[in-house]
Amino acid sequence: MIINHPLLGPRDSAEFVYLGDAAMIDRPNPETASPQDWHDYAYLRENPAGEHRELWFHEGGDRSWLVITRNTLTHEISKVEIARDVARKMGRSK
Amino acid sequence: MTQKNRLSGGQIDRDTTLKFTFDGKEYEGHKGDTLASALLANNVRLMGRSFKYHRPRGPLTAGSEEPNAIVELRGGARQEPNTRATTAELFNGLMAKSQNRWPSLAFDAMAINDRFSNFLTAGFYYKTFMWPAAFWEKLYEPIIRKAAGLGSLSMKEDPDAYDKGFRHCDLLIIGAGPSGLMAALTAGRAGKEVILADEDFRMGGRLNSETLGIDNLAAADWAAQAVAELSTMNNVRLMPRTTVIGAFDHGIYGAVERISDHLHTPDAGKPRQILWRIYAPKTILCAGATERPIAFDNNDRPGIMLASAIRSYANRWAATPAQRIAVFTNNDDGHKTASDLHAKGIKIAAVVDTRPDAPLAENYEVLRGAQVIDSKGRLGLTFAEVKLADGTMRTLECGALGVSGGWNPNVHLTCHQRGRPAWNEALAAFVPGDTLPPGMTVAGAANGDMSTHGALTTGAAAARKALGLKGKAAKTPDAEDAPVTQTPFWYVEGCSRAWLDQQNDVTVKDVKLSHQEGFRSVEHLKRYTTLGMATDQGKTSNMGGLAIMAELAGKAIPEVGTTIFRPPYTPTAIGVMAGRMKGMEFHPTRLTPSHFWAKERGAVFVEVGNWLRAQWFPIEGETHWRESVDREVTATRNSVGVCDCTTLGKIDVQGTDAAAFLNKVYCNGFAKLAVGKTRYGLMLREDGIAMDDGTAGRLAEDHFVVTTTTANAAKVYQHLEFLRQCLFPDMDVQLISTTEAWAQYAVAGPNSRKLLQKIVDPEFDISNDAFPFMACGNITVCGGLRARLFRISFSGELAFEIAVPSRYGDALMRQLMKEGEEFDVTPYGTEALGVMRIEKGHAAGNELNGTTTANNLGMGRMVSKAKDSIGSKLSERPGLNEADALKQVGIKPLDPSKKITAGGHLMNADGPVDAKHDQGYVTSAAFSPSLDSMIGLGFLKNGAERLGEKMRLVSPVTDLTVEVEIVSAHFIDPEGERVRA
Repeated sequence: MIINHPLLGPRDSAEFVYLGDAAMIDRPNPETASPQDWHDYAYLRENPAGEHRELWFHEGGDRSWLVITRNTLTHEISKVEIARDVARKMGRSK
Repeated sequence: MTQKNRLSGGQIDRDTTLKFTFDGKEYEGHKGDTLASALLANNVRLMGRSFKYHRPRGPLTAGSEEPNAIVELRGGARQEPNTRATTAELFNGLMAKSQNRWPSLAFDAMAINDRFSNFLTAGFYYKTFMWPAAFWEKLYEPIIRKAAGLGSLSMKEDPDAYDKGFRHCDLLIIGAGPSGLMAALTAGRAGKEVILADEDFRMGGRLNSETLGIDNLAAADWAAQAVAELSTMNNVRLMPRTTVIGAFDHGIYGAVERISDHLHTPDAGKPRQILWRIYAPKTILCAGATERPIAFDNNDRPGIMLASAIRSYANRWAATPAQRIAVFTNNDDGHKTASDLHAKGIKIAAVVDTRPDAPLAENYEVLRGAQVIDSKGRLGLTFAEVKLADGTMRTLECGALGVSGGWNPNVHLTCHQRGRPAWNEALAAFVPGDTLPPGMTVAGAANGDMSTHGALTTGAAAARKALGLKGKAAKTPDAEDAPVTQTPFWYVEGCSRAWLDQQNDVTVKDVKLSHQEGFRSVEHLKRYTTLGMATDQGKTSNMGGLAIMAELAGKAIPEVGTTIFRPPYTPTAIGVMAGRMKGMEFHPTRLTPSHFWAKERGAVFVEVGNWLRAQWFPIEGETHWRESVDREVTATRNSVGVCDCTTLGKIDVQGTDAAAFLNKVYCNGFAKLAVGKTRYGLMLREDGIAMDDGTAGRLAEDHFVVTTTTANAAKVYQHLEFLRQCLFPDMDVQLISTTEAWAQYAVAGPNSRKLLQKIVDPEFDISNDAFPFMACGNITVCGGLRARLFRISFSGELAFEIAVPSRYGDALMRQLMKEGEEFDVTPYGTEALGVMRIEKGHAAGNELNGTTTANNLGMGRMVSKAKDSIGSKLSERPGLNEADALKQVGIKPLDPSKKITAGGHLMNADGPVDAKHDQGYVTSAAFSPSLDSMIGLGFLKNGAERLGEKMRLVSPVTDLTVEVEIVSAHFIDPEGERVRA
């Protein structure tokens, strides 16, 4: 696969390490989360046949975490975002 | 004359004669021959035995689709089984052997299977070997394994090198026949970066096998001229002997280039093959078409071949399987073979055409509306039995029979991303479907354009379209443009032992049986009969099987459907998949800066991740590793030892939020750690399980140095980056891995301070008062060399870790050895390190094994409740904190001479030994020279409350039972006086 890195352009997927569902960015708020929230965060993952937002780490590159929207049926990558930007948009700034 | 069946003409170099052997007998051929063409020229038709019935077989084809002529090439370590004689390029000294026969190809004892064919039909594995069940493992499976398979392995290491490489282009063209060449000329002339890959050693595809003309040139000459023009273009890369084996995601193609397979041995420094990864935004598949046979009884005799293959051998290689040949066809293409052969002086026994209105010929007989229904000849064809249109029989004497059932487009690569071929009624064949790999188009015969003119036109048009070329298209060369229609004719009525899949010995009868027994979907048919499951992926057989199944089911072929193809297009050597990555080159080998010093000392090394670490340092007179390890431990505990711990992961953490960040990373607190101090830290995963441990030293308010275990260095770094970028995106913290930047050594033992004082520059006071346990700081050594000093101890002794920039690691180690002579300084390896940490009760990888929590490790109270950290919440789960939760304990055999082993389980002193009564398990064990006993660490239910209890350590796998006592994990200096000395 080829991943269009937002800063570095098209890169071979062999440079990356896969983590999984981008929902892992959405860590529960330790002040307010219930045990159920923590359980769901730690163990529940969507496994769609189709578009999936997932985390990839550019280990053989600039060490950035990316959020990649990939179709699990066709491997088509429709969007590549810097994970830090995604996290900020989700309100993870301190 | 040795080459009895050599004809005139052809594209072989008659001035270069090559000697080769087949089954030990010597033959001669010419440069440009394949093994198959040279054997045919020498009147050898029999080249192998079939897989199941051991029937005599000769080549069916003249290309990579070959199911039959499969041989073993070369000898010694280079012996390669299951290669196709039809693609093996002849070289001087080539040694080939037939396979799957004993004692000889002409007399094969296993041919008895053919007599028992009634028992070996489709699905016989499932029926014959079912009862009694106990017989499977001991009797049936070994027998089947012995009988199965074709060639044999040399069992020696492959002496050849294989490489991998990367190539980029604007346009990849797969196949260099008329459409591929025309596409390449069009794109090349437009200045685009083009790669033209073809599996053959001579580009031109079918043009090399045909007598037709293009632009007043013979087809082969036109192809040669096109190749010559392309080879002058700097923007065109011609890759002959290169098979594109797979179409992968996003325009990435795998291609195997055979660099040296046509040579006796690879040239010095050259690999045998290269696996290319080709990045192509646009690709044109010009893979051509494969002729399909017609099934009739005993249609597998040597000499019965595809008509187009016989034509190839005659026109391209000037070789013929026999001097008298018949043709069996249902289309006009078969007649081309007859007329070409006639022109070469071959006697045509007759052309048997199934069509009542078949064209007649001037020079030989055409039997209209006739069918070949059977054949004769023990080791090769002698007679073909023909049923004439009026129902009467006629026997044709012939040494070869060309069979033509029409052509199937080579759609294979269009299916590699699950694209399904579509049925084309006019061709009665599958053509590429709507869903192609992104960026791919298909041209020429592969797309169903069967005429030469059609191939040339569509090749050029596909290139123009793929590259968006503007302007007037160049004129298409003149070539034959006869419309091609194909009427299906798959098998002759009433045939039974008529071969469809010759490589896997699947007959028409097997397909009928599969239908009768309910295995009717194409996927079931394939698996039940093994049709199309051989190494040729059914290139010549799938269609016949589908057609028969469709007929039996009363459906049309497209309703029955088709299986699709997977990479690789043709069988690929495992060696080229591995490339250089074999043995120690499977992954990089990392050496520490003092590696060569350790080697000089005679160290024994062990692989730890990618690293080589000194395991122990034997000295003269030591014959067993334990002697060395015991000595190293004792010397360290009595005076001073030095251990290379460079391989531990080191992460530099800087920024105003560095402390706050580490507070998230570690379950214990770091915010209040003073500058100049180090602290042990335990990292949890978010689910509360321990992930890694290490130390973090605070060198400045905004600067920490974190260490990780050797094995987890990369993983922890990745985890920390995840926290920094994804969870806490606005913390002011920066990370960099400095594992390679610093060489680090543990200096341990009561004399460690004295030794270090000799090399640490005098302005730095490292006395116990000035530099107490867990202190850290920047210092200089040896007169100004910057260094970092940490007073931390893994051994349980007074100890330091000292780090210098990597390039000084070797020098520092030598200096420590020199200055330490007066203390009998002893280098120690990972074994002694392990013994000492077990003696001290420190957890390591065996204990941080992905199932244990801080509570299990006896560090439950370390998990701070005053702050949020990764894993802190879920580590509070009740399930991880029950009263009988496992706790780390020490284990000692009652009899010190008894051995205990890691992996053994702890059972109560009395009672049954089974999983239900399991009390815990041993994670680490070693002989402790300090205690003169085996000792171990392990996890025991409610272990902290059970010290002093006598238990049994059992390992049913190794038949071990030892009586042990549960003790504190801190075998040595439990009060920690030594580390603070």
